[in-house]
This record gives sequence, C-alpha cells and structure tokens, in this order.
Amino acid sequence: MSATAARAEIGAEPALEMYRKMNTIRLFEEQANDLYRSAKMTGLTHLYIGEEAVAVGVCSALRRTDWITSTHRGHGHCLAKGAEPSRMFAELLGKEAGYCRGKGGSMHIADHANGNLGANAIVGGSAGIATGAAFSAKRRGTDEVAVCFFGEGALGQGLVYEAMNLAALWSLPVVYVCENNQYNEYTHYLEATAGEICARPRAFGIETVEVDGQDVRAVYAETAELVDRARASGGPAFLLANTYRYLGHHVGDVDRAYYRSKEEEELWRTDRDPLALLGGWLEERRLARSEDLRRIAEEAQDEIERALEFALAAPFPDPAQASEDVYR
Amino acid sequence: MSTGNVETVAATRTLTFARAINEALAEELRRDHTVFVIGEDVAEAGTAFKVLAGLVEEFGPERILDSPISEAGITGLGVGAAMTGMRPVVDIMFGDFLTLVMDQLANQAAKTHYMSGGKLNVPMTLRTTMGATRRSAAQHSQSLHAWVAHVPGLKVVLPSTPADAKGLLKTAIRDDNPVVVIEDKMDYAVTGEVPEGELTIPFGVADVKREGEDVTIVATSSMVRVALAAAEQLESDGISAEVVDPRTLVPLDREALVRSAQKTGRAIVVDEGYRSYGASAELAAVIGEGAFWGLDGPVRRCAAMDVPVPFSPPLEDATVPTPELVALTARELCGR
Repeated sequence: MSATAARAEIGAEPALEMYRKMNTIRLFEEQANDLYRSAKMTGLTHLYIGEEAVAVGVCSALRRTDWITSTHRGHGHCLAKGAEPSRMFAELLGKEAGYCRGKGGSMHIADHANGNLGANAIVGGSAGIATGAAFSAKRRGTDEVAVCFFGEGALGQGLVYEAMNLAALWSLPVVYVCENNQYNEYTHYLEATAGEICARPRAFGIETVEVDGQDVRAVYAETAELVDRARASGGPAFLLANTYRYLGHHVGDVDRAYYRSKEEEELWRTDRDPLALLGGWLEERRLARSEDLRRIAEEAQDEIERALEFALAAPFPDPAQASEDVYR
Repeated sequence: MSTGNVETVAATRTLTFARAINEALAEELRRDHTVFVIGEDVAEAGTAFKVLAGLVEEFGPERILDSPISEAGITGLGVGAAMTGMRPVVDIMFGDFLTLVMDQLANQAAKTHYMSGGKLNVPMTLRTTMGATRRSAAQHSQSLHAWVAHVPGLKVVLPSTPADAKGLLKTAIRDDNPVVVIEDKMDYAVTGEVPEGELTIPFGVADVKREGEDVTIVATSSMVRVALAAAEQLESDGISAEVVDPRTLVPLDREALVRSAQKTGRAIVVDEGYRSYGASAELAAVIGEGAFWGLDGPVRRCAAMDVPVPFSPPLEDATVPTPELVALTARELCGR
C-alpha cells in the first residue's frame, strides 16, 4: 500500500469529524440559498454544495497556523478552516457581528485568527497573496504552509502562472488547489482550457497530483503528502481536485438547461455525492451506523439554526462606520 | 525658504536623489529584519536607474530579490507577505507598468484592511517612477499618480527633493498601509541637502518650498523645480510667488493649500500628470472649495498635454509644463 493510500485509511474519529464538517458546509449553504430566495439576504452568493470534500479534505491536512486564500465560492473553505457559522451568517447579512463587521460580505470573508487570509472576488486574484504568505512563512523561519484555493476558471488568468513560477524558483511552501467544478461560470471548462491542466504546473517543475474531489479521504491523503513535503522544504505543489458544482454559478443561476443537462446534475448528486460516499465508507467499515450519521446531520442542523438565529437578530452597523477602517 | 522637515539645525550633506533613496532603504533594512526589496534587476544591477546599487552586497540576495519580469506576481507576493508579517518594498521600474499591477494594488492591497473589517493589513511599499523628457516614448514616460490616488486605501507619495525622498520613504516603509511612492526618474541625479542622522517625514504635511505674497504655485514632484524656476523669473517682474509642495497626495494637506491660496489670492497647480481628470484637477478643486471667497481669479492649471507621450524631442518637450509656461500663467493671473 502506498503512503498516500495508507493515509486514506483514516480512523473513525477523523472520518466522523470530516463527515460533520461536510454536513455543516452543506447545511450552511442550503440555508444561504434559502436566505437569498426568501429575500432576507441581498447581493451575490456563490454556493459550494457538491464540492465539500475538497475544502474539508484539504483543510483537515492543515494546522490552524497554516494559511489559506479562498475564492468567491469560499464559504466551504472558511468553515473548513475553523470559522463559526454564526459570524459567517452575520457577515452574509451585513451585520456588525460578522467576521468583517459587515464590510466584506459573502465574497470577502477573512478569518485571520484561523489563518484564512480572505475570500477573493477576483478570479485567480489570490495566487500572489498565497505565494507571498508562503514566502513570508519561509523568510520568518516558520514551517507554516500556504494553500491557494482557486477554481479551474482561474486557469485563464496570467497571475496564476506568474505566481507558480515564483514559487517554483524560490521553492516556497505553497500548495495550489485547483477545484475543477467543470464550469467557468456558465461555460464548460473544456471550451476554455487548452491542453492538459496538469501539464501546466508540471512545466514549472511543480509536484502535481490529480485527485477525485468527491472522495474526502483521498483529498485529505493527497493533500497531507503535499503539505508535509512543502513543510519539509520540498517546495510547492499543485492539486487538481475534480468535483462538481451542484447548483448554479451564483444563487440566481437557477435555469441552467442552456449550458448543462438535468441528467448530468442528477448523476453527480446520486452517484458522486461526497457526503454519501464517506457515509457509505463509514458504514461499510463499521466505523459508524446509519443512526450515528443521522445524529451528526441533526447536530449540524441544530448548529446552523442557532447560528442563523444569532445572525438574524444581530444589529446592522451604524452608518457612521462606513468611513472607518480605510486605513489602519 | 522653509524646509518643514528639518526642524532642528542638523548638519547636512549634499546627496543625489538616488543616494538619498538608497540610504533610506539601507537604514530601514538594517533597522527591521522584516523589510525586503523585490523587483526586476534590483540586486546586482541595482535597478535600471542604479538607485539600489550596493544594497545586495550588504543585505544579500535573500533580502534584495531579483525577480522575474512579473509585475503583477511580485506585487501579489508583496501583498501576501505584508499580510503575514513582512514589510516588502516592491520595485516597479516604470510607472507605466502600474497598469500591470493594478488589480493587486487597487483590488487587493487597497481593500484588504477595509474588507476584513480592520483585521488584516498590508504594510507594503511600492516604489515606481514617473516623468517625461527622458526620450523614452509613450510606454515609459507617463505620470500615472492620479490612478492610484483615486483608490481609497492607498497612500501616495511624490517626493521633490533628496531630503523629502529619504524621509518620506522611511515613513512609507514603517506605515501599516500600502503606500505607493512615485519618484521622477529625471530627478535621480538632482542634488540637495539631506540632514545627517535619522530622518522621517510625516505624511499629509505640505512643505512651503518658497514663501511669497502674490500668487500660490502648488506643485508636485519634479514640477516643484519648475515652479521654483518660474518663481525666480516672476521675481524680476515684481511678482512674489509662493511654492507649496503637498509631498503626499494621499493623505493631502488640504489646509496648507487653502491657507496659502487665501493668503495670496491667486493659485496655480503644476503637475505632470495628464491634465484631464488628473491630480491637478483635484488639487485645484480643493483650493476652489476651500478658498473661493479669498481668490481674485480662477485656479489655473499647468499639466501634461492630453496625448500619449511622443518620442521626438521637440514634440515631447511641448507636452510638459515649463518654467516659462508657469510664469506666463502667473503673469496672466496677476494681470501683468
């Protein structure tokens, strides 16, 4: 058995923790969708449902002191890195209790205490930032690692390649995690991506691995290898996680028939659901019974409901705060 | 002549602009181990303008980093390093290349502190250049300071003397916000008196470079020298001109501009950015709003012609303000 395969043989406790986190993310996102559809939430929100195994698998391989940069579809990364749903909902609703005091919103949640340098609404916009965090980690003499999450749409941005070149040149401890959810907004990635995705990081001499992004154990195992390697001064890595965005590009993208079929969506939901896959594995290995899994889901539901209550009741910021925080 | 930055009668030396900048960087690199310099050919070459010559010898290639030709990449790296405990000084050779780093500056560095509700900050300095008449043509000659001054969250510094260049750069490196320092590349060989010892200059404090009674000339960067030359010419006509240098566009010392304009009753703004929608427009508006009832006439502007900077010397020279143009404008304003 390879080292990576051995790592995927995780015990009951970490597996159940991953199951719990994926449930929290799914329920958080379903609730965010409801908030938008019931007009309780304004603005833009991009949901992560279907992709939970990537954030949870990757972040389970990180320490609290490791850094991540996230994307416009960033709620999953934020929760997986340790953020509280209550303060995230508060941010989504523009409340003062939110992680950014209501100034960031859904696309800009940052949680410095847990190493989250922020979601980024410019596609590929955080590639330099994550690389800089890795540079800083190395220069400050720490063994911190930085993870840069981005979607396959960011493969069209030049900055990503500038950053990978710098990371490879200077052997920086950064792992680029490309979440290929198949669609650049409303366009299938194959219509926008020439050649092989993995050939691109490999051209820089970057260690590159492709993984089933619906299998949280595999994502965790591959990431752990790459993170350990980076931590031990082995240099940068690239993880291509193949996954699927169950819902639209954003909450308002409801009628999707013009760019993809209902059958395709249904196939991923029934055959490739990350929660069902891990739940099935847990039961098959007799690490959990179905009632254990149901209880975890119910506890997550309770947590989300309490978090939402907190956020709905929380006050909006005073308008006078609009001019605060421009400069430190 | 007042030099607001030199409070005590400190001993001075004559330094070039380039040497003063080099000294500022060396002192901050010695003082704070989190400071590093990154840019294209900043190490062995000491930059295309030789401003950083010698730094890599003292501080080594770990702190004076030659980078690939990736302006956006190194600026992004600077933002991430600054967010996590470092104080990068990013060197962007020509101000024209601000176009290449604009997302990292305007959407990332400038907004990080605000978007995070004050939790994250970006103590990064970005040094770049401005200024025409180097015969470098349209893509190496622009003065784009208005582009960055337009984005809340960035501070913008335009030094006009070696002493200001040193003191303002040291303040920039110690600032907890992203600061864009723009030097006129035609100034690097200009000499001036620089105080011995520690020198930092606070942001948002304009400096009266020459006192006068009849007309206020607000000038930025190398246009301060143009304004001072114009003031000399005007003196022989019996016009006493006051030259005020804001030194930082953001934050801007509005009170100093308004105070001087109210005192003289006339104001001209001289700036090498494009005239339309440029820094000269904002400075003129500040004076107009603040000193309107004390003015004898409209605020006048001398700025770069609204054309891509041409190569041919007589064409290029026609696009930037000259002492003659500024003096002529002042005489018109004074009814002479």
